[in-house]
Amino acid sequence: MGDTPIFDEMNGMGDGIRRPYETFNNWFEGENPKELRAKQREAEELFRLTGITFNVYGRAEAEERLIPFDLIPRIISGREWQRLSKGIEQRVRAINAFLHDIYHGQEIVKAGRIPEEMISRNEAFEPKMIGVTPPGRIYTHIVGIDLVRTGPDEFYVLEDNGRTPSGVSYMLENRETMLQMFPELFSTNRVQPVQTYPTDLLKSLAACAPASAGDRPTVAVMTPGIFNSAYFEHSFLADQMGVELVEGNDLRVMDGKLCMRTTQGYKAIDVVYRRIDDDFLDPLNFNPESGLGVPGIMDVYRSGRLTIANAPGTGICDDKAIYSYMPEIVEFYTGEKPLLENVPTWRCAEPEALAYVLDNLEELVVKEVHGSGGYGMLIGPTATKKDLALFRRKLKARPSNYIAQPTLALSTVPIFTKAGLSPRHVDLRPYVLCSPQGINITPGGLTRVALKKGSLVVNSSQGGGTKDTWVLED
Amino acid sequence: MRLKISHTTRYSFDAPVSSGMQQLRLRPRSRRAQEVTEWKMTLEGAVHEVSYEDQHGNCVDLITFERDCTELAVHCEGEVELSESNGVIGRHTGPVPLWLYKRVTERTKAGPAIKALLKSVDAGNELGRCHALMPAIAKSVVYETGSSESDWSAEEALAAGRGVCQDHAHVMIACAREAGLAARYVSGYLMMDDRTQQQAMHAWAEVHVPDLGWVGFDPANEMCPDERYVRVAVGLDYAEAAPVNGLRSGGDTETLSVAIEVARQSQSQSQSQ
Repeated sequence: MGDTPIFDEMNGMGDGIRRPYETFNNWFEGENPKELRAKQREAEELFRLTGITFNVYGRAEAEERLIPFDLIPRIISGREWQRLSKGIEQRVRAINAFLHDIYHGQEIVKAGRIPEEMISRNEAFEPKMIGVTPPGRIYTHIVGIDLVRTGPDEFYVLEDNGRTPSGVSYMLENRETMLQMFPELFSTNRVQPVQTYPTDLLKSLAACAPASAGDRPTVAVMTPGIFNSAYFEHSFLADQMGVELVEGNDLRVMDGKLCMRTTQGYKAIDVVYRRIDDDFLDPLNFNPESGLGVPGIMDVYRSGRLTIANAPGTGICDDKAIYSYMPEIVEFYTGEKPLLENVPTWRCAEPEALAYVLDNLEELVVKEVHGSGGYGMLIGPTATKKDLALFRRKLKARPSNYIAQPTLALSTVPIFTKAGLSPRHVDLRPYVLCSPQGINITPGGLTRVALKKGSLVVNSSQGGGTKDTWVLED
Repeated sequence: MRLKISHTTRYSFDAPVSSGMQQLRLRPRSRRAQEVTEWKMTLEGAVHEVSYEDQHGNCVDLITFERDCTELAVHCEGEVELSESNGVIGRHTGPVPLWLYKRVTERTKAGPAIKALLKSVDAGNELGRCHALMPAIAKSVVYETGSSESDWSAEEALAAGRGVCQDHAHVMIACAREAGLAARYVSGYLMMDDRTQQQAMHAWAEVHVPDLGWVGFDPANEMCPDERYVRVAVGLDYAEAAPVNGLRSGGDTETLSVAIEVARQSQSQSQSQ
């Protein structure tokens, strides 16, 4: 990994400032670093005031921790974005078609393109969704596709987040902060807006309402509550959309609909954007111990009188073993070659793959099939001997629980440090909205940056930060 | 054969129920050799919310308790026309992939007792083995009303050596799945020849065997279901096919009374003769 040349999105391979960054760079060179540092502190203060905080699991002492914000924007040209968004749209269409298929005829299994065990042994496969067609045939109303870049024209999909992609509030707040602090940048750079996201989200959700809804469907955001790590985002989105934020206790099944308690009595909900896991959604149908859900919500859903976004059982498309079949999935449902590349993936359940992974562990990244947030992951090149030995044991004990990928030379974007600009690795999560009216991709998304020099882990739970992401009008 | 069924489940609560709901799987559907000509459900102390078809093709009704109700009654009444099919349901249809019915659940996990029982029956072909299992199960799990707990697993019932039809069905399913066959739980009605008042609903199993497809097996009565069996709901085990799955808050202790009548309709009897 150390020998691979790293592509920097601002400076290329050291051959001069890349075009999308030219205007920004001119501005930056004219700025006083001391003042910028003051602005950086101001930005942090703004975030604290807005209240964007992030709870990190297992760290009681840091219940409210700020995700660091870096003021150097990540800039993508309009042409680059156009190419990316075509690929994202293709992928998201395929994911929805795949979900419909595996909960109906399972044609992809019958055609031999995916082994039956990938579905039958998958914990994320939800039998209660078999035969259910959600209103508008949409399963993943909101998707986050995690992308990484390794060169000027090389992008890879790292993960598909079809369950509950979080972080969109950071995308919005990062832009808001940049607009407040550096308004002049937005008159010299033509940056495509992201601020329409909440309106687009509301429109998209309303367009997925069931037939039983009236002309103006009622949408609500459902949260597990204030102790959830993303509670801020839940309340932020409800507020921005101008809809109610509800918890399980505010909801009940009444008159054949899901209803929420309001100051004027109970009111029917047509579309619930739930930020609560399937398992906790309904104690009558799923985990009976759940005090966070609404008993009977699944019954209302299955009777066709409610839209749940995202649909229960969509988690199967987040599965990293399923991920390895995404090129086949895209081809099978769209009849086209995938426009976005998948990272080559070894499925450790296959004996030959496992043997290769064990032999080359020092060069590979190993991930848990159902893991997320950068937990339970091994990065071979930077791992200690002890970690390598531990993963060797884990891999041998439960091979099907792991996949492995080559360590990619992730692109860098500079961050602003005391010593000036310094490159750090980044990834990108664009947010995609799906409805029967079409697919809407907000230009940009959330750029996560590994603040530690050389680190490849960008997850906020592991000390990553974020940047404003610009897509330019070309 | 035409059967007239009347089924009333009545709950009395020692205190008012502040809120509660029940998911009911009490509506038989028409299918091969079973035609539901009439079916009506009436509720006391509860309101009907929604109906839908679940993944197994069962009709599900969700009802919610009326506020502060102290008595809840669900009354079902209808007529079903049945013809003899020797327990054969036939080819697997519906959206559920067949492999799902090979999934082992908590209640149908095969332990040492199940494995031993399976080994003890003569291995012919799959069909022969299923037939041989029925008397073996009836012998190993002696029928005794009220002798088992509704959350018992097949292994537990076998270890105890006693149980009810639910346990027999679970043991049958556990053995079939252990043998690599798809199997499912069936809840329904059985007309007993000697009486019209039944103590409870009945339960049996269906196993998917080569060439025939789904075939019913009733280990409790050591026979394949005939035209006296009305199939109401199916599932991986009792939990998915149970006539009532509910939860409530308040109400304190409940007293349950069940009245089931399954009677042969004489009119149709004379017609068929």
